[in-house]
Amino acid sequence: MTAAAPQPGLAGYNFAYLDEQTKRMIRRAILKAVAIPGYQVPFASREMPLSYGWGTGGVQLTAALIGPDDVLKVIDQGADDTTNAVSIRKFFATTTGVATTTRTAAATLIQTRHRIPETPLADGQIMVFQVPIPEPLRWLERREVESRRMHALEDYGVMYVKLYEDIVRHGKIATAYDYPVMVNQRYVMAPSPIPKFDNPKLDRSPALMLFGAGREKRIYALPPYTAVKSLDFEDHPFEVQSWSQACALCGATDSYLDEIITDDRGGRMFVCSDTDHCRQRTTAEGNSR
Amino acid sequence: MPAMIEVAGLTKSFTLHGQGGVRIPVFAGLGLSVAAGECLALDGPSGSGKSTLLRSLYANYRPDAGAIRVRHGDGVVDMMTAPPHQILAVRRATIGYVSQFLRVIPRVPALAVVAEPLRVLGVELAVAERRAARLLARLRIPERLWTLAPATFSGGEQQRINLARGFIAGSPILLLDEPTASLDHANRLTVIELICAAKQAGTAVVGIFHDREVRDAVADRVFDMSRARDAA
Amino acid sequence: MSAPEALLPDALLPDALLPDALLKVAALTHLYGRRVGCRDVGFALWPGEVMGVVGESGSGKTTLLHCLSGMLAPSAGTVHYRTRTEGWQDIHRLPEARRRLLMRTDWGIVHQNPRDGLRLGVSAGANIGERLLAGGVRHYGRVRAEAEAWLGEVEIDRARLDDLPSRFSGGMLQRLQIARNLVTRPRLIFMDEPTGGLDVSVQARLLDLLRGLVRDLGLAAVIVTHDLAVVRLLAHRLMVMKEGAVVESGLTDQVLDDPRHPYTQLLVASVLQG
Repeated sequence: MTAAAPQPGLAGYNFAYLDEQTKRMIRRAILKAVAIPGYQVPFASREMPLSYGWGTGGVQLTAALIGPDDVLKVIDQGADDTTNAVSIRKFFATTTGVATTTRTAAATLIQTRHRIPETPLADGQIMVFQVPIPEPLRWLERREVESRRMHALEDYGVMYVKLYEDIVRHGKIATAYDYPVMVNQRYVMAPSPIPKFDNPKLDRSPALMLFGAGREKRIYALPPYTAVKSLDFEDHPFEVQSWSQACALCGATDSYLDEIITDDRGGRMFVCSDTDHCRQRTTAEGNSR
Repeated sequence: MPAMIEVAGLTKSFTLHGQGGVRIPVFAGLGLSVAAGECLALDGPSGSGKSTLLRSLYANYRPDAGAIRVRHGDGVVDMMTAPPHQILAVRRATIGYVSQFLRVIPRVPALAVVAEPLRVLGVELAVAERRAARLLARLRIPERLWTLAPATFSGGEQQRINLARGFIAGSPILLLDEPTASLDHANRLTVIELICAAKQAGTAVVGIFHDREVRDAVADRVFDMSRARDAA
Repeated sequence: MSAPEALLPDALLPDALLPDALLKVAALTHLYGRRVGCRDVGFALWPGEVMGVVGESGSGKTTLLHCLSGMLAPSAGTVHYRTRTEGWQDIHRLPEARRRLLMRTDWGIVHQNPRDGLRLGVSAGANIGERLLAGGVRHYGRVRAEAEAWLGEVEIDRARLDDLPSRFSGGMLQRLQIARNLVTRPRLIFMDEPTGGLDVSVQARLLDLLRGLVRDLGLAAVIVTHDLAVVRLLAHRLMVMKEGAVVESGLTDQVLDDPRHPYTQLLVASVLQG
């Protein structure tokens, strides 16, 4: 935060675009969020040079956290090379001059939209999630005042009503992404629209997980090694998605697969959603051959 | 014989606020006592306050002054001063009241109406309904009516439902307001039997009997309303 | 003084019929600024008793109900409730979390409009099961079985378990709301015009159901209504309210058959004779 020394980045802009006062405000919110795992901390979300819904919450978190020594990775639904990921990575490369990477293991800071990398995270890494709707009770209780009171009083019956209703309608809990979790046996939290496949990766992760919702002006966090449990019933336990086939590119059988339509005649293939994971595996195979 | 009901200094008047606050005195300084197994008939011309007294004993009407001491279990309760929940308990366990008119929920069948006083005492449904059925049969209510709501019954049938309801719990005190007014001869005899059996079992009965035959058959004493009436 | 036939088991001797009170209300007052909502209301309620509160619109009966049920903090006075495990508690001094727990376990609240008390977007079973789920039951099959049983208790076809309440009739909705409240076996129920807006025949059925439930479950209840016929059939006791104050109280039949206060006399005299 020493503004005197000349810093890398774009001339005429502060390091990482946001002014230092704003970063300080966001860091205070982050500290509070870390102190109360799963609790949504309000913060004075700023206008960013991208539209709401494109990751303004995550971008502000990253801007408040990033330092010259960080190595940044940005993914969008697992991919490093989609528009949203490329734009945000370029934004920070331009405004900070920090190193970027596509390799999960090499990154210190990973901003993500809707995925957690397949490569296990390590101590010292920070995940920043982009969150559209931070309130897990939103679809069940429209009144914000009431949903906040429900969190305060741990009044989560309605959350289970939703799961009950899922089983009535579909024979199973149909929620496939943004699957609600119980954090540290206290707060019900929306893990952002990651597939429920990724939910187990939240539990006792060595990495710090931060969630930012720009439009909704909320920040929440999972400090390292926090217990995170996906909500379920004893007789309908939580399950992750599984596929009958392996990744068409790398042959992985334990990663989250996207369905790719290959032609107009119904041709399709399944490939890893995590592009870095897939590339690491194919490269490693190539090397070993 | 221990007194089951002891009334002293009972005074009752009605004030009609809708008609300029006119006060209508009914009786004053009334006193009486009824022992277990005894039947007291209230006597006096129409308008002399017999029904008002009977309703006061049930704490349906609230007299202005006096005491109505009722033996309830091992103790004595003054119906004039007892809190509402205690009056309810006395009514449940101690006092049965047969009014001239039946007041019930429209949809409830006759059998359930009669069984109700036992049900609120916690008696099992089957036991209560069995006893209700016996009473209804004894009072000659045709079995096809038992499952129907009494709202559509004739006056005589309704009165017999009311009687069955009053007698079913075997209350230690029975208050009867013209129990045979619209009954035929055979049913009047049955009611006389029921009252006598209750007396035999120790029930104290206070009643208004316009029917001479019934009164002579059941009453041990007659209480003349005129003195308390004149005092008002 | 033996009864004609020995019918009463020992446990039903008169003393056993007088358990401790459940609710004690003292000097309860609520002011909306300088306007009186309710003023200086006091009474005690015992298990198995139904207290009716009558009065015209604006007489303060709904304000009173809200103060009693913990939804509205009174300006003065106390509402004490005898809890199952911790004795008497002033419900307005309980921490909100405890009060809410009480409200969704030991108490029931039946709204006049069942749409205020139900979730119309989820199945009848989910509506009934919600209190169990909120209470920590985490077994789908058990919640569903319990919901189905209660559906039967309130005389709704069990086949409607998975149907949305938006397809139910008004009377069914009201019965569903009652089942939703009873699933945790509460001891005290608050009802605001429970038969309002229902057809006469549907009303009768509902009243009959309520009476049976009150009797069989030993419930205590406070029922606010402007319908004297409803209290006549349902309430053991009655309070008549006017301009925020209780002008007359007593057993229901006392108040209706021998009304003393000018306002009560007017109220009783205004009922159309059926």
